Amino acid sequence: MLVEDIMRTDVITLPPTATIAEALLLLKENKIRHIPIVDNDKHVIGIVSDRDVRDASPSTFLTDADSSELNNEIQAIMSHPVITIHPLDFVEEIAAIFYDREIACLPIVSNQILVGIVTEKDMLYTLIQLTGTNVQSSLIQVKVPDRPGMLPKVTAIFGKRNTNIVSVLVYPYQNDPDYKILVFRIQTLNPMPVIQDLREAGYPLLWPNNISEPKR
Amino acid sequence: MSTNAGFVFSNDFLTYRFNEDHPFNHKRVLLTKELLETNDTLKEIDIIPPRMATVEELSLFHDNEYIQTVKRAGSGNLSDDEGSEYGLGTEDTPIFPNMHEASSYLVGGTLTAVDEVLGGKRDHALNLGGGLHHGFQKKASGFCIYNDSAVAIKYIRKKYDLKVLYVDTDAHHGDGVQWAFYDDPNVCTFSIHETGRYLFPGTGNVNERGIKSGHGYSFNLPIDAYTQDESFLDVYETAFREIAAFFQPDVIITQNGADAHCFDPLTHLCGTMHIYDRIPLIAHEIAHQYCNGKWIATGGGGYDMWRVVPRAWAQVWNVMKTGEPAKGIIPKEWIAKWQTESPIDLPLFWHDTDEAIPHIPRKAEITEKNSKLLQNLLKYTKIIK
Repeated sequence: MLVEDIMRTDVITLPPTATIAEALLLLKENKIRHIPIVDNDKHVIGIVSDRDVRDASPSTFLTDADSSELNNEIQAIMSHPVITIHPLDFVEEIAAIFYDREIACLPIVSNQILVGIVTEKDMLYTLIQLTGTNVQSSLIQVKVPDRPGMLPKVTAIFGKRNTNIVSVLVYPYQNDPDYKILVFRIQTLNPMPVIQDLREAGYPLLWPNNISEPKR
Repeated sequence: MSTNAGFVFSNDFLTYRFNEDHPFNHKRVLLTKELLETNDTLKEIDIIPPRMATVEELSLFHDNEYIQTVKRAGSGNLSDDEGSEYGLGTEDTPIFPNMHEASSYLVGGTLTAVDEVLGGKRDHALNLGGGLHHGFQKKASGFCIYNDSAVAIKYIRKKYDLKVLYVDTDAHHGDGVQWAFYDDPNVCTFSIHETGRYLFPGTGNVNERGIKSGHGYSFNLPIDAYTQDESFLDVYETAFREIAAFFQPDVIITQNGADAHCFDPLTHLCGTMHIYDRIPLIAHEIAHQYCNGKWIATGGGGYDMWRVVPRAWAQVWNVMKTGEPAKGIIPKEWIAKWQTESPIDLPLFWHDTDEAIPHIPRKAEITEKNSKLLQNLLKYTKIIK
């Protein structure tokens, strides 16, 4: 999945000469946490977060603050240079950048021009979609040896039962490198025939599991 | 207590049958009716024949295009490709002859129940043919073609203009009804179900609270797999009472899916017949407390059709009719008639014996998680309107 598939294109920006007070208002009104700072050519020259702005604001404990700090230009507090990405980068890379650089927002730049923005929240939303929980479905977890060809063998069983797969996740089995867990969300209220076929084919299921043995 | 109740039934309900191997089988309704007749709690005068819902009534909730597609499917004039857009012809909702008519009877049954109660003829009415809560505006899913409860609630809103509390105790989330009224402050939906982490349809999280002016009128209790009687009833009773006090309904519709029992093959909840005594008793009590008794009940899921569903559904009627669930032994005539057809031994008693109750090692943990969930839900019943 590409960054351009999930980015927002209606980016709220400020020029470097805007005041901190303007930034404060913009953050509050739009319920956002980051503002890219752009010049007249829409080049990203800095970024401010809600924390940068608050650091530059008087403490709420100061009753007689004159608040003149808020009239300073935003370029005085903005972070730069800015880490940016390209619309054709992968969504997975965003997660790695957020994690490594400990940031939560990335302006997206193409030909030097700001074209979009993506935040930690957008990324989490995309991950939710990838797990398939937004489509009516039942979950099945299969433990398989970590060998080529296991995934098609298992999915053939779903195909034979004409059961549509909504999502597939593959992850390691605890700390055992010889096994993988396949997690399927399948579009049916009745997973029984598929479960029976999987069991008959000898695949151990982590869900549904055997705690339900008393169910007769 | 009240004995003024109606039982909507017709053999036409049995025509809602996908195929021989399909787990959703409306012979359950017939088994329940005969169990009640042999138990002497259901008489000829209690039975009300359903009408068929008209296309106009169905369109109170469903898209006309979808209704026309179901009609074509039922008369054999729909290709597989055309059907899949509408969820028709899948393993869950296969196409069968006259499916439009069969589904319209189930909806008509619930509308008949509504008119009996809101027209002032009876206090309570039961349509075990209904409760098809997964039906969407233009999509069949989860064994449901038309969503009788959604149509009936639209019908109540239009014809009677009353505030409706919909309560769903099926082990699967009542998603179709929830989404139908997600932005409507005059319809409050409350569903208790097994968590969607594993189970179909996957939704029904406690944070699904409604949108726009309907925000605050959608409640969910997604309880843990392997939940047993005490924890189920503890969270359910408390939530139902608080929600009713918050919403002050004019009429209550309950969906009585019977698949939260430990015998049910499709779910992982571990209830016994005890919960099926309490569920109608609480609905009955709350309907009298807030709605002058006005209570409409439907069936729903339930896939142990021999041992669980007839007993569970019969108790809904027993409570409606006599104010009490039945106890003791199951009538011998009923067992004698159906045992030959049942692949499994039919139950001898109305309640489960101890050996039916499974031992759940994680019980304490499950109980704790469920009660946290309840606390989470209750935060929202205290909102000042």
